[in-house]
Amino acid sequence: MPSMNMVQALNSAMDVMLTRDPNVLIFGEDVGFYGGVFRVTEGLQKKHGMQRVFDTPIAEGGMLAVAVGMGAYGLRPVVEVQFADYIYPATDQLISEAARLRYRSAGEFWAPITVRAPCGGGIFGGQTHSQSPEAIFTHVCGLKTVIPSNPYDAKGLLISAIEDDDPVVFFEPKRLYNGPFDGHPDRPARSWAQHRQSEVPEGYYAIPLGQAAIVRPGAAVTILAYGTMVHVALAGAEEAGVDAEVIDLRTLLPLDIDTITASVAKTGRCVIAHEATRTSGFGAELAALVQERCFYHLEAPIVRVTGWDTPYPHVFEWEYFPGPKRVADGIRQAMAE
Amino acid sequence: MVAKRKAKPVKPAEPDVTPETLKQFFHDMLLIRRFEERAGQLYGMGLIGGFCHLYIGQEAVVVGMQAALTEGDTIVTSYRDHGHMLACGMDPKGVMAELAGRRDGYSHGKGGSMHMFSREKNFFGGHGIVGAQVPIGTGLGFAHHYRDDGFISVTYLGDGAINQGQVYESFNMASLWKLPVVYVIENNRYGMGTSVDRASARTDLYHRGTAYGIPGEQVDGMDVVAVHHAGIAAAEHVRSGEGPIILEMLTYRYRGHSMSDPAKYRTRDEVNRVRSEHDPIDHLRQRLIDGGVATEAALREVEKKVRDIVAEAAQFAQDCPEPDADELWTDVLAEA
Repeated sequence: MPSMNMVQALNSAMDVMLTRDPNVLIFGEDVGFYGGVFRVTEGLQKKHGMQRVFDTPIAEGGMLAVAVGMGAYGLRPVVEVQFADYIYPATDQLISEAARLRYRSAGEFWAPITVRAPCGGGIFGGQTHSQSPEAIFTHVCGLKTVIPSNPYDAKGLLISAIEDDDPVVFFEPKRLYNGPFDGHPDRPARSWAQHRQSEVPEGYYAIPLGQAAIVRPGAAVTILAYGTMVHVALAGAEEAGVDAEVIDLRTLLPLDIDTITASVAKTGRCVIAHEATRTSGFGAELAALVQERCFYHLEAPIVRVTGWDTPYPHVFEWEYFPGPKRVADGIRQAMAE
Repeated sequence: MVAKRKAKPVKPAEPDVTPETLKQFFHDMLLIRRFEERAGQLYGMGLIGGFCHLYIGQEAVVVGMQAALTEGDTIVTSYRDHGHMLACGMDPKGVMAELAGRRDGYSHGKGGSMHMFSREKNFFGGHGIVGAQVPIGTGLGFAHHYRDDGFISVTYLGDGAINQGQVYESFNMASLWKLPVVYVIENNRYGMGTSVDRASARTDLYHRGTAYGIPGEQVDGMDVVAVHHAGIAAAEHVRSGEGPIILEMLTYRYRGHSMSDPAKYRTRDEVNRVRSEHDPIDHLRQRLIDGGVATEAALREVEKKVRDIVAEAAQFAQDCPEPDADELWTDVLAEA
């Protein structure tokens, strides 16, 4: 089986879907000729033609809305927003049109669109190239939100997203494109080649949306994470020396609440880790759900390890980023009582 | 009412309109007017709640345009959408029931006045956000282009929407990719309570695509035949692969923006003058009689028929139950 990094795996997912379904179209800023700013769409235009893989003007609102109209007519557009930070001009269309079309037409029309957007920090992008705006979209009924943490999942989840008849916002942690990152910027970068999840089949396979993965079984504490923070959580658990169970949510909406509940019922302790800012982050929703469903199993207050409530600071990137030390501290806090 | 102007001339096409077509126009315009009047009454009676934007005064625009299209062409518009749905051939009963929030409304009562759809009639909605339907209509145009199915997208917008940024993003893409889209600007002279001259740097809107190479034409939107002719030429233009076109329809709405409108932004005289001098239905009635196309008696027959359709729709809406409470949860996502 070939070894792929996340860029190659995502590219392969789109290649597979372009080949399988003539309704699938790939477009966005610089995705065609140039191959995408992170090279995720490289070669697709050459292989599948300019009619199916093409460049758009720098106009996120219009571009996403055009996708809504295409989707309503039966096409399956996959749109790249070059950075998640650029998605805001399109929120009107994503929230008020794409997500709500099915409901307000009583099932007559829907928008089977996939919006891909690189998210998160770790590459010194500063405040407009580092954000993790997932909670804005998990707040919107009618949208699905996916964040993979490794090449194998990225391909299988993207294929599911493209095949899904609902609009899916698909965030790609850009720090993971070329290798797993455990939150230690001072250590040498690793490639995906040595990682188990870099073995990616060349052909079609789908990972259903709404299924979490237990990436490290454990008995003492449950850590809920997604995207880059899955790798950081594993490192944090090692540093704390605690028998932690790390769950990679993979899909935020629909959420695999059963896997979460079963784990916290077993461990009685819960740490939630995300890179996004803390207040009203997705961790708040997770904490509410865990206490609603596992209140009598909890041995200690739920701990959130998150980015600070500040813009993403260029020079203080690693002060902002909730690295393994902060995760380890959070684990110790959850274990203290 | 207006002097027609063109940013760039399109192919002249003024085929004769048959007597039958003229009579059909009269019927269709009258149906919209009477339907809207009844909707206003039902609103006053409390049977319709929330927002309700009446199309009275603008009937010639959608009737003349729709008659210029081919079955399979797609339509999308804003929230002032009742007239468009009727002109698309949607059932007045289903539209009225939706206004009243009833089970058998087009969106099972969950969409309301501004949000109705019909796959059967290729009506892609009523959209409640000003301007948001414009890129969606552009996407429909893209889909026609990609599928090469020979159909076109007709995207209606108002003079208020024309200043939205996403409209220009759409114009650029439509022209860049030569999409088959007719953008119909219904310039009724007021974006809610703001007159065009208080909102737009230039009050002529037909040239708004000039920067993108999109031809535009100004049309007397109170004259259904003029609209129809412009619609035929525009549809032909975009269907032939020439790219998008803009039609600015100069029209007027008699009623308020919605049902709660203080009407302080224009004088009663202004409204009365348009009603008495430029009413599109009166204008056509006169034309039918003067031309010997229809007799007074025949037109009275049409009026009676329309009255019956509207009465039936209103009764249907009132008799129709509200949707089951379970409907609250349906159609959020593909699977429940």
